[in-house]
Amino acid sequence: MALENADIEKIAVLARLQLTDNDASDYANSISSILELMEQMQQVDTDGATPLSNPHDATQRLRKDEVTCGNQRDAFMAIAPASEEGLYLVPKVID
Amino acid sequence: MTHKTLVQISKDLAAGRYSSREITQDIIADIKARDSIYNSFISLSEDLALAQADAADASRIAGDAGILTGVPFAHKDLFCTKGHATTAASKMLENFVPPYESTVGQRLLSAGAVCVGKTNMDEFAMGSSNENSFFGAVKNPWDLTAVPGGSSGGSAAAVAAGLVPAATGTDTGGSIRQPASFCNLTGIKPTYGRVSRFGIIAYASSLDQAGPLCQTAEDAAIMLNAMAGFDEQDSTSIQQATPDFSADLNLPLQGLKVGLPKEFFGPGLNSEVADCIMMAVKKIEALGAQIIDISLPNLELSIPAYYVIAPSEASSNLSRFDGVRYGYRCDQPKDLMDLYCRSRAEGFGTEVKRRIMVGTYALSEGYYDAYYVKAQRIRRLIKDDFTRALSQVDVIMGPVAPTPAFNLGSNTKDPVAMYLEDIYTLSANMAGIPAMSTPAGFVNGRPVGLHIMGNYFAEAKLLNIAHQYQQVTDWHLQTPTSNQIKGA
Repeated sequence: MALENADIEKIAVLARLQLTDNDASDYANSISSILELMEQMQQVDTDGATPLSNPHDATQRLRKDEVTCGNQRDAFMAIAPASEEGLYLVPKVID
Repeated sequence: MTHKTLVQISKDLAAGRYSSREITQDIIADIKARDSIYNSFISLSEDLALAQADAADASRIAGDAGILTGVPFAHKDLFCTKGHATTAASKMLENFVPPYESTVGQRLLSAGAVCVGKTNMDEFAMGSSNENSFFGAVKNPWDLTAVPGGSSGGSAAAVAAGLVPAATGTDTGGSIRQPASFCNLTGIKPTYGRVSRFGIIAYASSLDQAGPLCQTAEDAAIMLNAMAGFDEQDSTSIQQATPDFSADLNLPLQGLKVGLPKEFFGPGLNSEVADCIMMAVKKIEALGAQIIDISLPNLELSIPAYYVIAPSEASSNLSRFDGVRYGYRCDQPKDLMDLYCRSRAEGFGTEVKRRIMVGTYALSEGYYDAYYVKAQRIRRLIKDDFTRALSQVDVIMGPVAPTPAFNLGSNTKDPVAMYLEDIYTLSANMAGIPAMSTPAGFVNGRPVGLHIMGNYFAEAKLLNIAHQYQQVTDWHLQTPTSNQIKGA
């Protein structure tokens, strides 16, 4: 399935990636050839095969709802690109 | 210290031939002197390493030294190291200093091992050649015009060049085994869930597993003993007793049933690689094994299914990089959307962005069933193939890769050509079974690895086979001495 630049631009918005026009056509070409590779899957009869999401078919392990490692706020704020008084700074969202 | 095994260094330390501080200093000096040739390291953690070495020397004096006490190793730069930069070879994390240590790192530190630095890799572990790194490509110590393999290419090159005796790696679709094969090392990807993923920057969470790259199977068993074990902090960690992976190394191979899947020896396989593998299989047969032809009919489908599932999981995992909480942030964002889109566009490399977009597409409305669910159904067929095969045989053998290490730059323009290189390794990750590579010969001076795959939790069996093979062969003892290096 061949993708157009417009398809790539739509995907890039969903993926929160800004692309240049050159990027869009490069990605349209390479991702189209990847999708072509994936077409192979459609020829296979998978009826009756249960989708496998965990190799052991394991389900989520639950734990007791208790504090295990305490408050790490300062350590995690310290590595933020911009923060002030324990808050992350971002461009203004609400006018 | 060059090319001493982990066991040799451990014995030397125990005998007092040198201290951990001395060997750590020597190793760091050697890396500084020689690594400009290979580019296998992204950073050295000299101060932390020397503090760890001093602690190791002190615990030896106190009489509590174990086998890894004071032994230097390197971490793939995907393992979070507390207080030391962890980049995933990405501009996105160029200045990221984790506030915590990975479970694997903590376990190795608790065992007394000394981390000298962080090795180069494909960005976010996405690649099969170590050419997708923000810090530049890594060169194969056996031939500087060849790739070391990927994504754990820096770890493989560092051990192959004799810079460190062992290094950690991760394997999502072959990223330990293929570089081990290309660099003449012993590398093992354990059963999914055997080694904790906590603190390892996630690529594809249902496929990722960490393991060691070493010179011998004996060393790999020692490393895996320290790395493996149940971890509360990884929700997919296996709640099962961890055996001593060294315990079975010396068992004889008499009666072992080895399956050779015909799909591993198809037309895509380089004939000289095939010759190396068949010679290795003959050696194993001579050790008492029985060779049985088998089939894994859905092998070829592992490529399209993997390249749906892994990018899908990656697109979700990498959504955390938003320019807000940590990592790269673009200059002068005009609004929040611009902050997200430009930070991610500028912070991620080409292949990472490609996989994020492929995954985003595969998971998007209208395509989810046709791509993602279809790939998961095929994943079931692949697992069933292994279950069937492994009810007939104890282990499966074949090549790790269709060719020896390819030339730097030869596949970088065509992502599909690069993906096809992963044909023999992806299926073990899809099924979640353990698999390893052990040195098995050379083609035109470039190493070839024998691939050994086993049933769930059969790591000790795989290491036993590799160790027995290493007792009757000397491929693993060969090193790329300076007069053999081409292109220097």
